[in-house]
Amino acid sequence: MKTFRTLAKTLFLTELLAGLRVTLRNLFRRKVTVHYPEEKAPQSPRFRGLHALRRYSNGEERCIACKLCEAVCPALAITIESDVGENGLRRTTRYDIDLFKCIYCGFCEEACPVDSIVETRIHEYHMEKPGENIMTKEKLLAIGDKYEAMIAADKAADAGYR
Amino acid sequence: MSDDIINIEVDGVPVQARRGQMIIEVTDARSVYVPRFCYHPKLSIAANCRMCLVEVEKAPKPLPACATPVMEGMKVFTRSPRAIAAQKATMEFLLINHPLDCPICDQGGECELQDLAMGFGSDVSRFTERKRIVKDKNLGPLVSTDMTRCIHCTRCVRFGQEIAGIQELGTMGRGEDTVIGTYIEHSVDHELSGNIIDVCPVGALNNKPYRYRARAWEMTQHETVSPHDCVGAQLFTHTLRGKVMRNVPRECEDINETWAADRDRFGCHGLYAEDRLERPQLRNAAGEWEEASWEDALLRVTESFKGRRPEQLGFLAAPGSTLEEHFLLARLARGLGSSNVDHRLQRRDFSGQAHDPVVPGLGLPLAEVDALAAVLVIGSALRQEAPILAHRLRKAALAGAQVGFLNAEALEWRFPVSAEIVAPAGSQARALAEVLAAACGDDFSALPADLAGQLRGLEPGEGAQRLAAALHGEGRRTVWLGLQAQRHPAYAELQVLAAALCGVTGATLGYLSEGANSAGACLAGALPHRDVGGVPAAQPGRDAGALLGGGLEAVLLLGCEPELDAAAGEDALPALAETEFVACLTPFATPAMRRYADALLPVGTAYETSGTFVNCEGRWQSFTGAARPVGEARPAWKVLRVLGTQLGVEGFDYMSSEDARDDLRARLEAATAGTPELGLRAVRLEQAGAWREPNPYATDPLLRRSRPLQETRIGAAGGRRWP
Repeated sequence: MKTFRTLAKTLFLTELLAGLRVTLRNLFRRKVTVHYPEEKAPQSPRFRGLHALRRYSNGEERCIACKLCEAVCPALAITIESDVGENGLRRTTRYDIDLFKCIYCGFCEEACPVDSIVETRIHEYHMEKPGENIMTKEKLLAIGDKYEAMIAADKAADAGYR
Repeated sequence: MSDDIINIEVDGVPVQARRGQMIIEVTDARSVYVPRFCYHPKLSIAANCRMCLVEVEKAPKPLPACATPVMEGMKVFTRSPRAIAAQKATMEFLLINHPLDCPICDQGGECELQDLAMGFGSDVSRFTERKRIVKDKNLGPLVSTDMTRCIHCTRCVRFGQEIAGIQELGTMGRGEDTVIGTYIEHSVDHELSGNIIDVCPVGALNNKPYRYRARAWEMTQHETVSPHDCVGAQLFTHTLRGKVMRNVPRECEDINETWAADRDRFGCHGLYAEDRLERPQLRNAAGEWEEASWEDALLRVTESFKGRRPEQLGFLAAPGSTLEEHFLLARLARGLGSSNVDHRLQRRDFSGQAHDPVVPGLGLPLAEVDALAAVLVIGSALRQEAPILAHRLRKAALAGAQVGFLNAEALEWRFPVSAEIVAPAGSQARALAEVLAAACGDDFSALPADLAGQLRGLEPGEGAQRLAAALHGEGRRTVWLGLQAQRHPAYAELQVLAAALCGVTGATLGYLSEGANSAGACLAGALPHRDVGGVPAAQPGRDAGALLGGGLEAVLLLGCEPELDAAAGEDALPALAETEFVACLTPFATPAMRRYADALLPVGTAYETSGTFVNCEGRWQSFTGAARPVGEARPAWKVLRVLGTQLGVEGFDYMSSEDARDDLRARLEAATAGTPELGLRAVRLEQAGAWREPNPYATDPLLRRSRPLQETRIGAAGGRRWP
């Protein structure tokens, strides 16, 4: 009996047709494909992409060189050197993030007591030469300056959940 | 059982304690931790932080453990709900005014308040009123202040009163308005003042040169020994990515207790000076400096030393070089047939060198200095020459020891001094002879007739009489010859008189010594007249003074800058410039060096090499390198090893500095050197001549480059000239 049923299925291609039915049904459904890069999927304000260092509105760096992000980083991607700054405050003389080491866990952002290091929603970037994976303080500050509006909006959107 | 032992109970566990102990001493001994801020085992009890409140049975209120003596049958509860509630309440009050700036505070990560706030602090503050803000004080180049963080434990104030002997800080105002300060703005100048950084339980007083440079948790801790004085204080050197960040004291009850002198703590800040030598350099045919590879540089040095007559070679080491470096240098010199090797750069009078002790030292363990009955210190600014020793002597003086000084000028001692004889350098021998005459009284039989004849004509003053009486007293007595005495142009006369004084009174004779390792240098045979272990050399060579006097063809300088380190000072430069070949194994290249040297080989400092220092009590203290040498610099013992091998000296195949040390130890066991004679004789009582006294904060190349030390009042004062 079992053999007969298997034979019949094979002969009438019922399983193939059942599969094709799914194809047919989806052929007339609304499409979900995102045409990247013309179209983009929506992002959470908590998206953890490229890092940035922020400034206060008066232009002063937020970072106080407390090195908590360096201590919390599970991938040891952050290297900081600090000294007394020009105005007598605690400031970094070097702030490097190695993007090859970084696992984008966002712990640095969580650890930061002054909301200085943040992970932005930027995720489209690439490196061409060796050494470009090291994000220096200047590069990080430049990203922060450029996307400050976006970072501030994301922080505000997320504030209610923290 | 003695009446002194009583039985108490701590957290339900029966414990024995001595009568008169405080509860906190008993709990500390049992490793039961009671939180505290103002209590410090080396300081008096203040009981003003109230953090150590514990519950005691039948006491109506919690009692401070640091100020409550134990009593028979007492039951103490350190973890009971009442004790914890009291401690939490205290913590809440302490945190009312403490700022929340742990992320930028250098104490963060090693802060007692931070640690205890984790255990006893509340996560939410109920305080909504005004917070206190206190203006920061300027305490000079060593200590940074953030006085808003102060919790008024007064440890720094008590440190000044009780340990330093000079109250530089005090409390002003009452209640919430209490502030710690200097009243009139001035720097903290005491040579131990850096210790207020360690005693401060919060971040109010911090290390200024280290300010904001690293965090406590990211540094690696290495055990090191102070390379600056003969005490050999034990230190921890903290490094970050192979670079030295700071020094802190390492607890060693026998040497430095819990303290470190400012010189030991801040000396390391000269390591990365601008004139640090990173690569070997050779002078080319045109007389210009060129960087060279190690192979070329070493070859040039060996070729320049080869084939010369042994008496035309000279070898000079800084007294702060390690035992292994002294040993290898001395063997290199003797292997080439020359005895022209010395480390006594600051000495002027070598006429009595045959009577020097085999190993210069105090003649007693440092820990026993506290219990001395009488001390005479000849020619020493002891507080600057060996601050930790001065601190121990202060403890002895406060316990009743008779301390006397014979110096070229009156100095501040900050402890009771029974007699201070001030004699200009030229008549110090006469002043000492007067003390000797007073000690002899009418009986000169112990002395040679010619010396006795000289003493008979002297009329000892009151101070000399008092000192002589003290040295004749009961208990342990000692006479120390300080560094100024050893730099004296007539040191031999002082040495004879001091030896005679010890012979007459029964006191022991002790020597302070230059640098961290003069004792090690003497053991290793870095002396022209003595080989390893003090065995007289077959062919005595030239001493340091003569070596810098010229007439040599090739000279090797190890870790020293003769123009600054040697007694001759600038006068040594023409002779060095005339020398055909001068090789400098040095961490730093001075402008003068670039004029007279022909090869500059970069070597590591004491922080960057493994080695051993022998201190003034004869203790061998080995250490490993804490930091990476800068650039291509190599540890000096390795450079000497290669030079020895290339020059064909036997047995230079040590694999490690420990091998060299063990070899020296084996040779010392085999060496038999008798005690040198004292050489008592008639002395010249009056001398003429002046000399330059180096600044105590510039006695070696590292200290000289430590900017914070140079900015202190002691460092800025510069050197002295003695008339």
